[in-house]
Amino acid sequence: MVEVYRHDVVIVGGGGAGLRAAIAAVEADPKVSVAMVSKVYPMRSHTVSAEGGAAAYVPGSDDSLEKHAYDTVKGSDFLADQDCVDYFVEQATPELTRLEHWGCPWSRNDDGSVATRPFGGMTVPRTWFAADKVGFHMLHTLFQHSMRFERIVRYDENFVTKLLVDDGAVRGVVAVDIRSGAMRLFVGRAVILATGGAGKCFPFTTNGTIKTGDGMALAYRAGVGLKDMEFVQYHPTGLPGTGILITEASRGEGGYVLNSEGERFLVTRDYGVGQKAELGPRDMISRAEILEIEAGRGIKGPYGDYVLLDLRHLGEAKIMAKLPFVRELARTYVGVDPVYEPIPIRPVLHYMMGGVDTDLRGATPVPGLYAAGEVASVSINGSNRLGSNSLTECLVFGARAGVEAVAFARAAGTGNEARLRAEAEGEGARLDALRGRKKGGEKLSHIRREMQLAMERGCGVYRDQAAMQQAVAELAPLKGRYADLALEDTSQVFNTELLQGLELGNMLDVAEAIAVAAAARRESRGAHACRDFPKRNDREFLHHSMVFFTPSGPRLEKKAVTITRFQPEERKY
Amino acid sequence: MSDVKKRTFVVTRFDPDRDQVPKTQSYEVPCRPDWKVLDALNFIKDEIDATLSHRWSCRMAVCGSCGMNVNGEPKLTCKTSLEDYGDTVEVAPLSNFPIIRDLVIDMDGFMEKFRAVKPWIIAAKQRAVEEGTYRQSPEQLAAFKQFSMCINCMLCYAACPVVSQEPEFLGPAAIALGHRYNMDSRDEGQPERNAVFRGEGTVFNCSYANECSEVCPKNVDPAAAINQAKLNAVIDWATSFVVRREK
Repeated sequence: MVEVYRHDVVIVGGGGAGLRAAIAAVEADPKVSVAMVSKVYPMRSHTVSAEGGAAAYVPGSDDSLEKHAYDTVKGSDFLADQDCVDYFVEQATPELTRLEHWGCPWSRNDDGSVATRPFGGMTVPRTWFAADKVGFHMLHTLFQHSMRFERIVRYDENFVTKLLVDDGAVRGVVAVDIRSGAMRLFVGRAVILATGGAGKCFPFTTNGTIKTGDGMALAYRAGVGLKDMEFVQYHPTGLPGTGILITEASRGEGGYVLNSEGERFLVTRDYGVGQKAELGPRDMISRAEILEIEAGRGIKGPYGDYVLLDLRHLGEAKIMAKLPFVRELARTYVGVDPVYEPIPIRPVLHYMMGGVDTDLRGATPVPGLYAAGEVASVSINGSNRLGSNSLTECLVFGARAGVEAVAFARAAGTGNEARLRAEAEGEGARLDALRGRKKGGEKLSHIRREMQLAMERGCGVYRDQAAMQQAVAELAPLKGRYADLALEDTSQVFNTELLQGLELGNMLDVAEAIAVAAAARRESRGAHACRDFPKRNDREFLHHSMVFFTPSGPRLEKKAVTITRFQPEERKY
Repeated sequence: MSDVKKRTFVVTRFDPDRDQVPKTQSYEVPCRPDWKVLDALNFIKDEIDATLSHRWSCRMAVCGSCGMNVNGEPKLTCKTSLEDYGDTVEVAPLSNFPIIRDLVIDMDGFMEKFRAVKPWIIAAKQRAVEEGTYRQSPEQLAAFKQFSMCINCMLCYAACPVVSQEPEFLGPAAIALGHRYNMDSRDEGQPERNAVFRGEGTVFNCSYANECSEVCPKNVDPAAAINQAKLNAVIDWATSFVVRREK
């Protein structure tokens, strides 16, 4: 039995981008009905873990839209689409202002205006913050604000298994209700993917366990290209062992990065960050840390070598005012109080610059299908995202996708419901066959672990052709073994093993797209640093890479980068 | 790892398709010294028994998913160090909620309570984006900031003696959230929310046990919010009465 629900717009995912899209959609049209289908309750979404801030020009400051655009394009190593970046910086301030009107507890200056802090790769302080729990406050503000709209109908803990594309347009999604195990057909005239990134393709990541690339895989299998997947961001300050994020705001507020000799190597040695030192962009600082560790100036620990983040000179009062969560995290997860001791840190996988190919309206090439937030690649981030641009991106492009989806839905018809229902029934049969399946005897957690380790070895901070090809070669047999997955749980009710199995299938597709795209880019640009091709090569590689699904494996294509006013130049700080 | 220590986890199991009532199952888990309770549950899930169901995500004490009873006390399992426990650790679903499966509780009732307090800015006139942000002094921010830190982990509902007797009680997190908006200088919704607070099963049903604030992993202090909300609801009511009489 398939349960059928009909809405104008179906949003998959309830984090920052999904909630913003939902609110924009119901505000754009007083009659539109929106389904928010999320595998977790919205306030559990990973937006919650973002810490440091959201970037936007502050009217009346010495900042400008042009400066924000330039910093973003330079940070991207000139792979961002500059028309999209212009739109992004223009909309950033209105979006953060709206969030303020909706109750976001932004930190304040003494005169009551919104406070900003410096961030990596940004030439002026333009990062709005709410202490060091910005994602948490943004997510809760959006979620709470969304509750006033009865036309946003939530389907919490529903996991989407398939995107329905029929007769040339998107027609809805199929999901499993996690609580009951029932299959649900969500018929929609437009669909917005807002499922976040895919950090769990890697073993050591800041990402929560829900970040499994679901929306990327759904779009990929529906024929949409994944763009710039090789660019994955390593954040320079993760806690060893757990990978828990220590915000870049710790450096924004004046923290130092030290090696085992107590040396501020970002100041004393040439790692390309120049005067910016600890406020250099993430890709460069992560590389510097790896080189320090390789040179023997790291500190040995049970979870690998690490370097240090020193906040002691900031003093307890400032740490408690600006970075209280950093203190809580360091004390709880590594037993270090940053008021008195430096925090052990190392580069940790954090963010996907790549994702579902969209234009600046959030539209994918499939009519009626939109994507926003980390799942999407617009691209404003190019080959390296600047810290505090992504929360703003969720708002700017979430809102745009919501408005565009409503406009599309108004004119669109619905699909052939009998065919859609048959698809949903097919999905039901597929899931039934998975529950408790004994075939093959391959263990889910072991395949997942092997995939993660293959990705870490092949697509780390530094890469080389041999390692990337090795990752590609290791992933193919893992996909074969995945087909022989054995699952123990036969229950219909809250079967999290089944979900993990479906998530692993998504991650294997996404991981392969990352590795294949990485191996094809024989240059170094932004976060993609190849030891055997150490220079950027604009002549051959100033293009987006596109990966398409085919039954016989990924197919690669190129897509032009939109360059308007900022011509590529050497990226030096 | 030489300092790995074996512990026994006694975990609640319940599958409504098969079980009349919840039972327990024991697992031997080799625990590293820096592990949290959640790490042990994930080890069980990955290596011993894939049928165990529990909710978790961020593992950094901010998403609020992984609240459970550990040795009878409501805890955020990703923040609860195993160092503080002996050889045997009991993990059960949060009290005062229906169980869906194993360690997963039904939070529908909580979500309804949450919405009942109108947790959004209510203003007579919607401010235009062109008008810019509101001015809010650091003092005005401090008046509500603490109450905006709730991660909706629901430990306070599991600890609350009133919720255990009166499941319909609006409860600590929802009242703290409503109070958070009442204390926000941008908000004008106090009369509406105070009307909610003066209804049945809300602030006046609180028995001052303070259990909610004791178990809160984020120091939100919902008990303080309830006390303040109670006072404000009374003052608001008395003032409206006086104002009406003067007219």
